[in-house]
Parts: sequence; C-alpha cells; structure tokens
Amino acid sequence: MENKPPGEDVENVVAMPSMSNRLSGADPDWSEMLSRLAESKDKTLYIALFRHFAPRVKSYLIRLGLVDTVAEELMQETMLAVWRKSHLYNSNKAAASTWIFTLARNKSIDLMRKQKYPEYDLEEWQEEPDHQDNPCEQGVISDRMNSAINTLPENQAQVIYMSFFEGRSHADISDRLGVPLGSVKSRIRLASEKLKTMWRDGV
Amino acid sequence: MNIKHHLDEATLVSYAAGSMSQAMALVTACHLSMCPQCRERLAHSEAMGGVILDALPPAEVAEDSLQKLLACIDEESDIEAVLLDRPDINRPHKDHSDKGIPTALGDYIGGSLANVEWKRIVPGVYFHDLPCKSERGGVSRLLRIAPGKAMLPHSHDGNELTLILQGSFSDEIGRFTVGDIADLDSEVEHQPLVDSDVDCICLIATDAPLKFSTLLGKIVQPMTGF
Repeated sequence: MENKPPGEDVENVVAMPSMSNRLSGADPDWSEMLSRLAESKDKTLYIALFRHFAPRVKSYLIRLGLVDTVAEELMQETMLAVWRKSHLYNSNKAAASTWIFTLARNKSIDLMRKQKYPEYDLEEWQEEPDHQDNPCEQGVISDRMNSAINTLPENQAQVIYMSFFEGRSHADISDRLGVPLGSVKSRIRLASEKLKTMWRDGV
Repeated sequence: MNIKHHLDEATLVSYAAGSMSQAMALVTACHLSMCPQCRERLAHSEAMGGVILDALPPAEVAEDSLQKLLACIDEESDIEAVLLDRPDINRPHKDHSDKGIPTALGDYIGGSLANVEWKRIVPGVYFHDLPCKSERGGVSRLLRIAPGKAMLPHSHDGNELTLILQGSFSDEIGRFTVGDIADLDSEVEHQPLVDSDVDCICLIATDAPLKFSTLLGKIVQPMTGF
C-alpha cells in the first residue's frame, strides 16, 4: 500500500475482539434511535448514540494505526457526520453500527490518502431491488453475524481482521503472512460466504 | 443494462474494509454504481464492519468531546436554517444527469468521457492515466481500444480490475459488455479482443505490473507504462 498506516511493526497476529460479552437483546435499538434522530434532531438521542459509538469509533481508528490525538479528532468528525447526515440513514438497508462504520472508514481513508474514497452512486442507474427487509430484523442480523464471526477458523478470522483493522490490501496480507495472493483471497471468500450463510439461515 | 460479470467476493470485502488501493476502489465503486446486485452483496460485507465495530472494546474519548460536538451542532442549526432557504446551495450538484458514467469517475475527468485527453500507445489503442494511487507499480487508467483490436496476451502478478464503460470485448473467460467487470488475479492469462462496432472504453486498475507472455509484449511494456 502506498500509504501504510503507522504501526507497521506491530505484531499482526491479534485475536479478533471478543464478542462474548454482549448481552444479547439487552442493547437498545440503535438503528431505530438513529432513524428517529434524523426526523426529530433530538439531542438526547444524539447523546445516547455518542456515548455508545464514539468510544468504539475511536477504538477502530486507533487500531488502524492512528495516534490518539488524530483518532480523537477523526472520531469527532465522524460523530459530527452522524448528526449532519442522519437524514441519509436508511434503517432498511443497514444497521446503525454499519452506517457509522462506513462514515469512520471514509474519514480515515480521506485523511490517510489525502484522496476522497471513491463512493458508489445510490439508485442512480437502476431501480434497487427493494426487499423491504423488516427493520426490526437488523438487530437480529447483527446478533447472528456476531456469533458467526466467533466460529470462523483462526486463519480466516485473521484475514478479515487484517482487512478491516489494519487496512491491508490482499497483496499486503499475502506478504505479511507469506502465503500466495490466491490463498489470501480464498480465505476471505470462505469467511465471507460462511458469514453470509449463517446470517441468512440463522446460527 | 444486463450485467453478467460481477465483483469477486474477496474484492467486495476489501472495498467494505477500506483496505484496497485508491485505484482499485475507484473501479469497484464504479461497478457498484452500475450493479444493484453487487450493491446488495456489499451491504452484507459492510455489515461485517458494523458488527465488529460494535464489539470493539471502547477507547477512552476526551472528556470534553461531547461538549465540543454539542456546541458545534448548536451553532450549525442556525446556519442550516439559512441554507434551507437557498435550495441552490443545499442541493447536491449532479453533473452526470446523462447517466454516462458513475460520479466517482466523473469527479476525475470533468464529468464526461468526451472530455478525456487520450494518449496513443499503438494505432487503435489509447490511454489516459488517472491520479488515483495504486500499489506496487500498478496503474489507474482509462483505456480505449478500436474495434477489432486486441490487447497483447498477458497474465498478472496481482489483481486486475477492468470495467467496461463503452463497447465490448471478448477473451478466454467470456464476453464483457457495458457494466461488466473482469475481476482477475494471477491465475488467469487472457487476451481481450474488442468485438463492438464502437471503440471499447474500459476503466482499469492493477496492483502489480502485467506479465506479457509474448516477446512483443515484453518489448513494448516499458513504453506503455503497464
């Protein structure tokens, strides 16, 4: 990668963050709260969302290799975008955590590359196949995905981790792990397919 | 548009994670703009990011960060009220109403393929380099090839993404028309041949130099920048 994030020397074999400490079903429905924020611009909703997501967004940015002060600043920019762009959020299409993840991802890339992350156009070319997923199901999907990630074999979890938290390209992962590019891609494919199947069918 | 060739699962994950080069991300974003099916697959990949984000151990945020943001928001509400009265400022600009090309690419070439300044490699084959960063000596460019012309046979050390924006070509894998993406890696050797009546225009990105399998290819490689 052209712009390697700092922290190159960090040992890359890190366990996936533990997901076992979540209390299933006890979490507030963040997606529903974010949707309501868009309509009402209610600051108490915003504060609740901030308390939950800001420390996690910062944690993500630190994992990408940003120093604390920069991570703090970028976290604030991300959380400001949550307020500003909440009208663009659609709970039928993504959970709140997913939408906020993409905001943080784009901010970090814009900063590290000094180039805007290429984004795709929404619904501009063809009508979306509108599935009208039941919005209440987003929480269920997240819980399923959660347990699914925990069941991945270590070498698959590792390539997912290196993609999402170290920002490493396929070629880069291939170098770091000393395995051929094709194997890196098939591990990612396997992990992804497995997660999608579990997600669809329940665990 | 009837898209038959889609993004590899591994490419979608890499785009969702934000871990591919700018050059690769541009081609991926452009295909996503044209392909509702891949957009839906991407939603699953991005959900992975959301779930993992949600499960991260919280980091300590600065004590005053919430206060700062709330102050910022208060100030903004006033500005917003002013802006709402001026729809011309408020509306996102849309240059590409002809649906000619995806916005992500339009941003780099002034909104239309008609504005592109082409450089000739050999008769019938033209390119235009884009300023997107690639990795490991890869390229980010538009390629324009005349009907009946072929690319020299080549394989890859890394990944190669090719999105068709106009015309069509065929190679060992199949036929590629507008919106189709060839998402290839080192396991494939191919020689695309343009089979449309109009010039074929593709957006391509690689993350390693191509490997030409013929002597001619090896000779012209330094001149073409591939």
